[in-house]
Amino acid sequence: MSATTKTLEELTNRKYEAGFITDIEQDTVPPGLDEDIIRFISEKKAEPEWMLEWRLKAYRNWLQMPVPQWANVYYPPIDFQAISYYSAPKRKEDMPQSLDEIDPKLKETYDRLGIPLHEQEMLAGVAVDAVFDSVSVATSYKAKLREKGIIFCSMSEAIQEHPELVRKYLGSVVPYTDNYYAGLNSAVFTDGSFVFIPKGVRCPMELSTYFRINAANTGQFERTLIIAEEGSHVSYLEGCTAPVRDENQLHAAVVELIALDDAQVKYSTVQNWYPGDEEGRGGVYNFVTKRGLCAGNNSKISWTQVETGSAITWKYPSCVLRGDNSVGEFYSVAVTRGRQQADTGTKMIHMGKNTRSTIVSKGISAGHGQQSYRGLVRITPKAENARNYSQCDSMLMSATCGAHTFPYIDVQNPTAQLEHEATTSKIGEEQILYCNQRGIATEDAVSLIVNGFCKEVFRTLPMEFAVEAQKLMEITLEDSVG
Amino acid sequence: MALLEIRNLHAQIQGVEILKGIDLAIERGETHAIMGPNGSGKSTLAKVLAGDPSYEVTGGEVYFQDRNLLELAPEDRAREGVFLGFQYPVEIPGVSNTYFLKAALNAIRKYRGEQELDAMEFLQLIKERAKSVKLDEALLRRPVNDGFSGGEKKRNEIFQLAVLEPYLAILDETDSGLDIDALRTVADGVNSLRSEERGFLVITHYQRLLNYIIPDKVHVLLHGRIVKSGGKELAEELEESGYALFEEAAA
Ligand SMILES: Nc1ncnc2c1ncn2[C@@H]1O[C@H](COP(=O)(O)OP(=O)(O)O)[C@@H](O)[C@H]1O
Ligand SMILES: [Mg+2]
Repeated sequence: MSATTKTLEELTNRKYEAGFITDIEQDTVPPGLDEDIIRFISEKKAEPEWMLEWRLKAYRNWLQMPVPQWANVYYPPIDFQAISYYSAPKRKEDMPQSLDEIDPKLKETYDRLGIPLHEQEMLAGVAVDAVFDSVSVATSYKAKLREKGIIFCSMSEAIQEHPELVRKYLGSVVPYTDNYYAGLNSAVFTDGSFVFIPKGVRCPMELSTYFRINAANTGQFERTLIIAEEGSHVSYLEGCTAPVRDENQLHAAVVELIALDDAQVKYSTVQNWYPGDEEGRGGVYNFVTKRGLCAGNNSKISWTQVETGSAITWKYPSCVLRGDNSVGEFYSVAVTRGRQQADTGTKMIHMGKNTRSTIVSKGISAGHGQQSYRGLVRITPKAENARNYSQCDSMLMSATCGAHTFPYIDVQNPTAQLEHEATTSKIGEEQILYCNQRGIATEDAVSLIVNGFCKEVFRTLPMEFAVEAQKLMEITLEDSVG
Repeated sequence: MALLEIRNLHAQIQGVEILKGIDLAIERGETHAIMGPNGSGKSTLAKVLAGDPSYEVTGGEVYFQDRNLLELAPEDRAREGVFLGFQYPVEIPGVSNTYFLKAALNAIRKYRGEQELDAMEFLQLIKERAKSVKLDEALLRRPVNDGFSGGEKKRNEIFQLAVLEPYLAILDETDSGLDIDALRTVADGVNSLRSEERGFLVITHYQRLLNYIIPDKVHVLLHGRIVKSGGKELAEELEESGYALFEEAAA
């Protein structure tokens, strides 16, 4: 948080300028989902007709889809009629009035991560006006971006202001027919981020949803679309290391990335949603569809994720390598402890010639945590000289946790070269003894060993994010050996 | 009082008694050698002294510079000045040798109430020590023991010893797997660290190492007991007659 914190603090001291988010009305619909609800959402957002049509088509298709059962995670069936699909932000009186009202454990974590009080309040959803001050941060950055022709705004705004772009690209990478949760998202998404980087432009800063923290309430069915035109570069950061509380149990986001010729998109996530209590009660179900399309030649899409939160994670950031010489990367650290379950991995679909992909997955399980790596590498018939390197390492920190690997390979072109490495290690008692014997205490030894284990992934994160991720890992895994 | 005093030490692992009453005293400035066939309990003794929690001490006492060693956590034993050069040093992927050693040295210094070294002082120190034990500087930046050859791992142990400057160094088969040149370097490293206030316990399988590191005393360990102690000539005797002689004595 350090670097961003400073700017945030500086900027939040300024007065609120223009609205990043359009007027919020105080409506909430009752739980349940039907076409009227979708019409209501679309109307509330004053969407054009085509958007409503698209939502409705998605909804009708979704009704025909079966709930996916193949992931290695277990939870009671979700009652989709029990969810409210449109709710205005809570009234102040209904929110916690101060940090004293929140879980002391959460508060302690905030303190240890060094998050200033003011931000703690925002993250914990305390009723403070300052929340809206963060809007001005985004506004001032936006002006800078606009000079370069970069569009960075909310999805709602993009639908209004840049309908031609949204219409062209929305659903082009993840169609509403793709899977159950993507289908649901397409029908009911409420907001998200939109990024457009014009031809030849290098985005001068890391784009972060952090600056839109006040939009956190829209996170349940978030929709993100990033378009990088020919020769452009962008790096996008999602989430933050601080634990985020959310009363919405189901999160079904969709993220679509498009890279045209010679463009590069880097998408980094730190996910630390509420994992639930010791028994896993109340934690977030994080069912996300993330996919990038390397549409152009020599394009590159790179995913990095650090997943420490949520009760259940079901997530496979993927790359479709359509352009010749395009490159896909997936770097992941996932931690499951307590009763957390994660089924995560990636898909690399090689279609163009000389396409290359790299997969580095590091899974850490502690307590009763269960984790599966699930990955697909597909080489289609026309993908001459495709290469993939996959490395899946699991580290077990207790006798009661579990790690599983499901690597699927589908090679339809004989010129392909694939390499797969997998290791499972128990966090070595021998490693800890070795550190102890050199004077290093067990707690420090664990964080040393774990950070070493994750190093290949952390080093792909933007600098200040990497430092935070390391700290997060230390706090997350404290007292986990045994 | 002796630097290290072991009295009637018994230890077991998973219910199997391995050490069956060890008595041993090392004075400051002395170098002792322990010899014994495979499985006699040499590494067990070393790890029990280091505080490896997989072993259970079932009897006896160990004093180190007047402290009851068995009461201390493994890291505190290290901070008090006990160093173990492991027979099989573990790999710690992703953690650079330099970073690791800095964490170690500063933890020890902090415990002793000494000032932690800053990055510059530390780098200077490790460069100098690496040179003195002929450790390739490239290994400083590599992850701890990760992908090191057998010889490099052993040399790295001696290098760590040189940086951490303990009062008692236990070297568990640091000679095994080394060619003659590497053996000499390791021995030179050890010899240069021998001093008035420091003691060594050199565990070895072969007499060979003791041609280079001349011990003050030699002990023969067999089936978890020291069956004979003597001067350096005992090592030569063993070289000629093997352990069979002692097998009979022990039986
Ligand atoms: N986990 C274990 N369970 C039972 N016996 C063990 C275990 N580990 C080591 N041992 C036994 O302890 C004895 C001593 O081993 P060790 O101290 O390594 O001998 P040395 O170093 O002299 O070769 C051996 O007989 C070995 O088989
Ligand atoms: Mg041994």
